[in-house]
Amino acid sequence: MGEEYLTWTAGELARKIRKGEIRPSEAVEASLLQIERMEPQIGAFLQIDREGALARAEEVEQGIRSGKYQGPFAGVPAAVKDNICTKGMETTCASRILSGFYPPYDACAVEKLKEAGIIILGKTNMDEFAMGSTTETSARKVTKNPWNTGHVPGGSSGGSCAAVAADECFIALGSDTGGSIRQPSSFCGVTGIKPTYGTVSRYGLIAYASSLDQIGPIGKDVADCARMLSLLAGQDRRDSTSLKRETLDFEEDLAGDIRGMKVGIPKEYLDEGIDPEVRDALKKTMEILKERGASVEEFSLGMTEYVIPSYYIIASAEASSNLARFDGVKYGYRSPHADSLHEMYKMTRSEGFGTEVKRRIFLGSFVLSSGYYDAYYLKALKARAVIKEAFDRAFAAYDVLLGPAAPQTAPKIGESLSDPLQMYLGDLYTAAVNLAGLPAISVPCTVSKAGLPIGIQLIGDCLQEKKIIRAAAAFEKERGIFPKAYSGTKRGKI
Amino acid sequence: MKKISWDETMEYLEILSQISLTEEEKQETAGELKKILAYMEKLEELDTDGVEPMSHVFPVQNVFREDIVEREDQWEALLENAPQKKEGQYLVPKTV
Repeated sequence: MGEEYLTWTAGELARKIRKGEIRPSEAVEASLLQIERMEPQIGAFLQIDREGALARAEEVEQGIRSGKYQGPFAGVPAAVKDNICTKGMETTCASRILSGFYPPYDACAVEKLKEAGIIILGKTNMDEFAMGSTTETSARKVTKNPWNTGHVPGGSSGGSCAAVAADECFIALGSDTGGSIRQPSSFCGVTGIKPTYGTVSRYGLIAYASSLDQIGPIGKDVADCARMLSLLAGQDRRDSTSLKRETLDFEEDLAGDIRGMKVGIPKEYLDEGIDPEVRDALKKTMEILKERGASVEEFSLGMTEYVIPSYYIIASAEASSNLARFDGVKYGYRSPHADSLHEMYKMTRSEGFGTEVKRRIFLGSFVLSSGYYDAYYLKALKARAVIKEAFDRAFAAYDVLLGPAAPQTAPKIGESLSDPLQMYLGDLYTAAVNLAGLPAISVPCTVSKAGLPIGIQLIGDCLQEKKIIRAAAAFEKERGIFPKAYSGTKRGKI
Repeated sequence: MKKISWDETMEYLEILSQISLTEEEKQETAGELKKILAYMEKLEELDTDGVEPMSHVFPVQNVFREDIVEREDQWEALLENAPQKKEGQYLVPKTV
């Protein structure tokens, strides 16, 4: 039972549940069975709460009957990235230093899932503290790309994207600091949204770089992600940077009417360094958007060469400060080898953090240290302002910008970590969006000759989610059903 | 940018970061940092005269609330996560 459910979108599943055609517990059982089948090859989850999910399914079923849960995803099984706090469920950021941390509270985004009757199956793997682009910096396990298990799923929300791509869950939460939702979405052939900074409360999101971090949805199509974003959005007094926004309703936009919409492609995004197949995917997207009535043209965005330096200085600086709290006193790992307090701090951190996290803490400490602060950190903040201005100019002329989500398809496992700088450069198309606080969506476009998905990215001006969702919906309609990760023969079957 | 003495810098960064590295890790990290910082020097060429540093996208102001303790009932649940505790408090190694 349940085989055919798995390929449905979260919205389709919820409709069947509302009509009483399927029980939430059947959906949960189907997901758990799929997890059992796929996990040995994929490894998307760090933790699966089998009993909790099944018990919750019963409650939710009653809640749907009584009218308590009327939202668009009531009864839908979902997964949550491991840097988002879940009450009583271990939350580690895939780091040794947080092993054994059971948050006494839910993140705001998790509260919203629960209030909507969404059933949390478990926590997904990620790069340690979201620092990485492949999910390989996880201290816990290697996650594999469901399209080809010799390749990475991307990162840092690689577990959430792989879980959605492998139909182990219907929708998931990720977080995006420099592309961590959009790039793995592209690598795994799923859809992901990074909202305007401040749209989703960061309360309970374990901070990496607070001025850049946003939680967002990862799903099977644009409609699922748009509706999930409506559900997650909202001002929260526990996150003083969260914005008071109009209710986000995308139903009209999902019709995909983009007649008259002006789309710009930064020509820097088509320059050297980009895989020809990714460039072709962009050209294909351009044609589709034109067919749907948008005007599309290339233009010079400018300042793109300063994105990676500025991003990595700011993100590392904020990380070095945010991660100072992990000292072995209040939660997680404590080194058993220390006799004095200071030794305990130092040994706990030395043993608890992985290589990439240490590298970024060192880099952050360096750029903030006296003598270098002005030349690096302050300069990066100024560059950030200049980059934001470049986007302001672009959005004076265009409604939406089109670009790649990553310069190439998912790399092979084991290829990326040896050269950190090279890995950082892969964030070129995504990190600028975080620096400028913009919303962006990654949508699967096509499959490469080697059989790996290629996604495209649509970027909007601040608070203009409606426009990118409209463009993404238009593109998706014209593109048609995107193939499944685990080959056509298995489609719809488990 | 001025010349950096990497041996001293790494020691200083260990203090700032409260992380000690092995000799081998130190060499490797210094090597990576040099490469990364060399790339970041690209920012030098960008003219930012008169540009205000942007630490935040929106001009958000401080958000205040009344100074009232909330969720005091979580005391025990919070303490539950401590690696070591004693009599309702966090226990740490001797400090003096």
